[in-house]
Amino acid sequence: METNVINTPIDPKQIPGWGIDADPKNDPTYPMRQRMNVGQDPDSKHRPQSLQPVDTEVLRSIERPNVSAVFGTPEPPSGLSGMIRRAAFHYSENRYRHWLPLVLADRVNVVEGIIEDLAHGKLPNIWAEKGYDVEWKHNRTSLILKLSAVAAVAAGAVVLLSSGDKEPKKPKHYRGAYPEE
Amino acid sequence: MLAMDYRGPKRVRAVQKPMPEIKHPQDAIVKVLRTCICGSDLHLYNGNVPDTRVGSTFGHEFVGEVVEVGAEVTKVKVGDRVIVPFNIACGECHFCRQGMFGNCHESNTEATAVGAIFGYSHTAGGFNGGQAEYCRVPYANVGPVIVPEGMDLDDAVLLTDVVPTGYQAAEMAGIQTGDTVVVFGAGPIGIMAARCAWLFGAGRVIIIDQEDYRLDFARNYSYCEAYNFKEMDDPVVFIKKITDWIGADVVIDAVGAEAAGNTMQTITGRKLLLQAGSATALHWAINSVKKGGVVSIVGVYGPTDNLVPIGNVLNKGLTIRANQASVKRLLPRLIQHVQSGVLNPKGLITHRLPLEEVADGYRMFSAKLDNCIKTVLLPPTASN
Ligand SMILES: NC(=O)c1ccc[n+]([C@@H]2O[C@H](COP(=O)([O-])OP(=O)(O)OC[C@H]3O[C@@H](n4cnc5c(N)ncnc54)[C@H](O)[C@@H]3O)[C@@H](O)[C@H]2O)c1
Ligand SMILES: [Zn+2]
Ligand SMILES: [Zn+2]
Repeated sequence: METNVINTPIDPKQIPGWGIDADPKNDPTYPMRQRMNVGQDPDSKHRPQSLQPVDTEVLRSIERPNVSAVFGTPEPPSGLSGMIRRAAFHYSENRYRHWLPLVLADRVNVVEGIIEDLAHGKLPNIWAEKGYDVEWKHNRTSLILKLSAVAAVAAGAVVLLSSGDKEPKKPKHYRGAYPEE
Repeated sequence: MLAMDYRGPKRVRAVQKPMPEIKHPQDAIVKVLRTCICGSDLHLYNGNVPDTRVGSTFGHEFVGEVVEVGAEVTKVKVGDRVIVPFNIACGECHFCRQGMFGNCHESNTEATAVGAIFGYSHTAGGFNGGQAEYCRVPYANVGPVIVPEGMDLDDAVLLTDVVPTGYQAAEMAGIQTGDTVVVFGAGPIGIMAARCAWLFGAGRVIIIDQEDYRLDFARNYSYCEAYNFKEMDDPVVFIKKITDWIGADVVIDAVGAEAAGNTMQTITGRKLLLQAGSATALHWAINSVKKGGVVSIVGVYGPTDNLVPIGNVLNKGLTIRANQASVKRLLPRLIQHVQSGVLNPKGLITHRLPLEEVADGYRMFSAKLDNCIKTVLLPPTASN
């Protein structure tokens, strides 16, 4: 089937019945917004006159044509997490390809943060950062339970991994090539 | 200057950071006098908001003193004490001119589906927040409102978010005289929403949470009925039962993405991040409101998808209204309500901590320790 490839804008007033049942009171957005359609707003493209100079890397949603008149400057993308973030911004906010890599980048960024601390000769005090002092004071039993659960899982993992270590490891691709086998 | 510093999920600290600078002629620099931790900060704290970068400073609820202004700033001057709305808004774009200051199009480059919010991830514009000694405040001609003579700073700081959000939750619910209003969530926002429901003429206000101390608090503060969903077989049946099997006229979701109460939602929404947070409260709201009723959402969810019974929204003919609060639009009215004594925001504050103890503050608010409702952080330079 042929499709009409030319979409000509129509003057709505030419359409039979246009607006005969319009009811300005039927506006569920009131009073959240004073009603104004893009088409009725001669200034719909209006922007603040002064634009913040773009002197740092700002990732831009591809759902807008420009950098907003002001923007935040801290923490420009950097390192591996920055590479992932830049890649995510090739896709619109409509796509998982945008959001899931950003979540991944956040997790990578945590590791980068620890490396950065260490590089500055600073050992992050994770107990304090997690606010465990106050949990210890007000919620001791549950904190102990939580930490022992973590410790048990960790211990279990260590046992599992180390038991796997008992047999001498041989590189996979050499299997069968060893004389004793 | 001292500032809060995000290091990863559930890890924050206070460190020295460079002073903020004027980056745009309408910027101001504000010395923070009071700042709060909000339920919205918990979504960041738990690592659930995409593009929350390590090293950022949170904090969207703060009041302070103007210490520097850009060349085009005319509405505030150095020395003014200001209430800074949590949304950053230009006042000139298509949306701001409709009063939608929570949905400005000229302050967030990273995402179009959300306006800019102080200290709320790069998805909300990448601005540093007010849990610091100083903060850059863009569009200083538009957002900040001078703290009225005689107003307590503790009241003022709650006008930056909690009061307008609770009030807008009730406003969006379109409450008619005599309506039965159910509020899910007895955090500061739900408590304020329940309190404000009366201002619109509600006939009955019911609040639901799982923390008894918060329910006790709400019963007194918001003059409402309060019930613990942990004691219910099924919260939806419970609400049907106490509303003559009709359902509530309006239901407010003041919980958002951190909701408890449904294992499947918690695992897929909060642990695995397969949803944009756990939608338990919204699910309950849709199913417990009456046919033709209104669901008002102020609880915050992430930018992807959530599992909610949208078929019931259709079959029941529901109206759903939701938004980030338009703080600037509501401030004149709400300042009146505070000055006349109708609303008592500072009554919500249960804890005050120095900014240095920000990690403990987050843990306490997040784990609901020590009967915490609302925590104020005091930067060292803000003494008193
Ligand atoms: N729209 C806005 O402009 C705006 C502004 C501020 C805050 N918020 C949002 O409002 C929500 C509440 O903020 P808050 O500061 O009161 O947070 P909070 O964490 O203190 O309160 C949330 C409360 O909900 C309760 N809860 C959990 N699951 C529940 C369920 N299934 N049913 C009923 N209650 C449940 C918790 O026990 C807690 O008391 C958050 O999502 C926050 O992001 C929105
Ligand atoms: Zn808030
Ligand atoms: Zn705007």
